[in-house]
Amino acid sequence: MTSAAHVTLRAAEKSFQRPGSKEIVHAMGPIDLDLRKGEFFAVVGPSGCGKSTMLELIAGLTTASKGGVEFEGNAIGNRIPDGVGVVFQEDASFPWMTVRNNIEFGLRRTKLSREEREGRVSRALNMMGLSAFAESYPAQLSGGMRQRVCIARTLVTQPRLILLDEPFGALDQQTRLLMGDELLRLWRHTGATVFLITHALDEAAMLADRIGVMSARPGRLLDIVETGWPKDRDSRIVEDNRFGEITARLWRSLRTESMKSMGKAGAA
Amino acid sequence: MSRPAIYRLVIILGFVALLEVLCLTGTIDVITMQPPHRMIMDLFAMLSSGSLNAAIAKTLSNAAIAFVLALVVGVMTAVVLYRFRLARDVLDPLFATYYAIPVFAFYPLLIIVLGLGDAPQILLGFMLAVVAVIVNTLNGLDRVPRVLLKTARVNHMGPVETAAKIMLPSAAPYVLTGAKLAVAYSLIGIIGAEFIMSRGGMGYEISFAYNNFDNATMYPLIILILFVSISVNTILAYWEKRLMRRRGQG
Repeated sequence: MTSAAHVTLRAAEKSFQRPGSKEIVHAMGPIDLDLRKGEFFAVVGPSGCGKSTMLELIAGLTTASKGGVEFEGNAIGNRIPDGVGVVFQEDASFPWMTVRNNIEFGLRRTKLSREEREGRVSRALNMMGLSAFAESYPAQLSGGMRQRVCIARTLVTQPRLILLDEPFGALDQQTRLLMGDELLRLWRHTGATVFLITHALDEAAMLADRIGVMSARPGRLLDIVETGWPKDRDSRIVEDNRFGEITARLWRSLRTESMKSMGKAGAA
Repeated sequence: MSRPAIYRLVIILGFVALLEVLCLTGTIDVITMQPPHRMIMDLFAMLSSGSLNAAIAKTLSNAAIAFVLALVVGVMTAVVLYRFRLARDVLDPLFATYYAIPVFAFYPLLIIVLGLGDAPQILLGFMLAVVAVIVNTLNGLDRVPRVLLKTARVNHMGPVETAAKIMLPSAAPYVLTGAKLAVAYSLIGIIGAEFIMSRGGMGYEISFAYNNFDNATMYPLIILILFVSISVNTILAYWEKRLMRRRGQG
């Protein structure tokens, strides 16, 4: 497994000092984890358990207090590695740019030719169903479409690792299922490794090859569930009996932890 | 046109009409004020004769210099202060009380240090305008969503590029509010300075005309200043509105 590891966390821990006091908060870890190249890995956990911290460690947006994180065999320090794309939960589209310019944003800073850039942008517009809105501004789009703009903006840079921090958290349930389908399609199409953080157990159960279950803060990995889904899958697998089993197993692991995070420790 | 806009226009036109009637009937005597239609005719006569072109050019170009300086220095200062929390915490209360200081009171000092040329007048306009730009730009920078800053980092952008390509565009509507104020303040600074410490410019010509009972020069100049200030402000306000609408606000 180590030979195919794309991302490696070795006893990675994160603590930080609470602003305005000397109290040290142990936010996450220690966590050991290998992400296989090309797999779809989801993380679920109670709120505040350090899921986003884990993503920020892999993205290079923050550094580990102890232990280490490697991407493609190189340690991630405080430097953002190349080949990594991040989609955040919040709307990160630039309101002053058209959809087309938003998507092209990351490419303008590369040495790619103009034709290559325009080609990639128009393919991304097509793939995400945004072609008709290329010259619109984000404010004219729905929340789901704005999030698609952000996903397209990440995709055009052709990242080998895509990190998604609750990207559908602000969307309604139907839109989320459809966006999940699109995400699966993109994952198959690009062959990238996908690391998805979500609070929705069904979303994790439907999308991922493997699901990491995190404990309440400081978040550790309690369990890793293999779904065993075929690569060629879509949201219709929610009808599969195993979908219910997986979701139930996730909830069994998480129930106590979620109570802890709500301040009901001991009430099992 | 919207109803409030129509009412607004009616009030302004009504006020002008009232002045016209009061002047024509002699309730306001001719030495105090000419009827408005006369002011407009005098304005056209003044502009077509070119007698005060030099004064107008001097005032407007000095105001433009003060405005551009205030905008550039103000925006750059705001970006730097945003990065250096301590400097900002030190200066914030000073900005808050800045407009309580009547900077015109320092005019003798400015003359002693900078002489009687254009420099002290431009400095006054600049000093009045720059803090409005700083305060409004900082306000806008504070509202840049954190996720946009993270996006900049993920895209390997350094602090300068992040400021230029992410933070300032995101804060643009607030910068524009600062710019609108800066237009008004730099004009106030320049014209006020010309009243008290200049040998030329529209402010000087107004006070010269006033001292010589020259209403045919004084009122047209006042109207011209009003016109310039309102036009620039309207253009900026229109631009601001377009920016806000593009962002789905207003």
